[in-house]
Amino acid sequence: MATTVRIPTALRTLTGGASEVSVDGSTVGEVLKSLDAAHPGMAERLFDGAGALRRFVNVFVADEDIRFLDGLSTPVAEGQPVSIIPAVAGG
Amino acid sequence: MTFVSQLKCRECGRAYEVAPLHVCEWCFGPLEAAYDYDAIRSSVTREKIAQGPSSIWRYADLLPADRGSAVDLGAGFTPLVRAERLAGALGLGELWIKNDTLNPTNSFKDRVVAVGLSKALEFGFKTAACASTGNLANSVAAHATRAGMKSYVFIPANLESGKVVATAVYGGNVVAVDGNYDDVNRLCAELAGTYPWAFVNVNLRPYYAEGSKTLAFETAEQLGWRFPDHVVVPMASGSQLTKISKGFEELANVGLIDEPPDVRVSGAQALGCSPIASAFLSGSDTIKPVKPDTIAKSLAIGNPADGYFALDVVRNSGGGMAAVTDEEIIDGIKLLARTEGIFTETAGGVTIATLKRLTEEGAVRPDECVVAYITGHGLKTLEALTATVGPTATIAPTIDAFTSAFSIDEE
Repeated sequence: MATTVRIPTALRTLTGGASEVSVDGSTVGEVLKSLDAAHPGMAERLFDGAGALRRFVNVFVADEDIRFLDGLSTPVAEGQPVSIIPAVAGG
Repeated sequence: MTFVSQLKCRECGRAYEVAPLHVCEWCFGPLEAAYDYDAIRSSVTREKIAQGPSSIWRYADLLPADRGSAVDLGAGFTPLVRAERLAGALGLGELWIKNDTLNPTNSFKDRVVAVGLSKALEFGFKTAACASTGNLANSVAAHATRAGMKSYVFIPANLESGKVVATAVYGGNVVAVDGNYDDVNRLCAELAGTYPWAFVNVNLRPYYAEGSKTLAFETAEQLGWRFPDHVVVPMASGSQLTKISKGFEELANVGLIDEPPDVRVSGAQALGCSPIASAFLSGSDTIKPVKPDTIAKSLAIGNPADGYFALDVVRNSGGGMAAVTDEEIIDGIKLLARTEGIFTETAGGVTIATLKRLTEEGAVRPDECVVAYITGHGLKTLEALTATVGPTATIAPTIDAFTSAFSIDEE
């Protein structure tokens, strides 16, 4: 199932400048794994050495922060966009 | 000119050129302005500062924007007032209030916006923008007008009416977003990658945030070039608290004060939005985002960008934190107004309520020189008080009506 992932400016060097890409996956974890397969280098930017999302990386499914959902196990339904957004804005 | 040499990632230390960037491309950490402190040390003196303007720009050597092209409505150099009556009520000794309600748009946000938009003009931006809980909206709209810039200000749709009016009056675009601040912030983070605008608290954030250091510079100067022992600071994103701490350190780094600072830094949050205080109080290293539900809307950031750094500053300095209820916030607003004649918005109520709690817990002590930061004016959040504050009596326009309503026992 194809999911649209919105790519932040800081990661667009890995997507050839594209702000949105389409990858497969039925959970956030699978989507991000597919993203890394399609655009090598993504995983080491998004995850720390222990395999957890870096603390300044926020991921949203259909505009909801996955930390309010089920983290990397959060299901991604047909048509729900996944957004990767740096946490260092605001205030 | 400025003394900023580069931007540096606070997480991994990677260096970047001085540009409108805010995120480390490698680890997503926040970028921060790095200075040539040796050069500043040979430029700055107490005398030079004293001869400067009565605004944040007297500390231009320690700011990342050029004073010569500053967007200036007169932000900063607000009164630091001795608060003897409040100290008496709380059982404290040397207590001071930094009254930042007296800025051009009545909150500390004028400090950061003045710096952020001055830098935006240097970079050639024509449009100013921000994600705001209200005070920032007022300030960006006003300063953008002052600078001749267009503006797009994004706010949660449920904001206090005073903050909406005090933004829209300046004539820029005000976008009320159906959601909370964190929704607004996420939208702006995405829009900042699309439009060539100066989002002061997104792509200009490394410069903008530095403006809060002036709260530390002024405090030390107004105390006669000495550090306080303890400061109590409200926390939304945690940026202001972090930068106040950085400001004290810089004063020693550049030789304006001989001793290194030994300032305990305490943070104040509302119980209905206390992700940083919750982590502190539970001894956790992880900040869990929350959905805010508090009358302190200007502090209602459920996903605080500088939360981790604020946590570090407070822990390393030996300070404390508290998460106070809406009732304590209202009591705090009234206590400050009724002891010191200073009317603060709900965020200041959070600060005073936290000061009271920490004093009762013994974390803030009577032998300390304490400074509480009151960062926004009470007229901005009248709704919070209208249920509990009003006329003492409503009477007919006759002497009889007055004397039957009041028994006056003084001359």
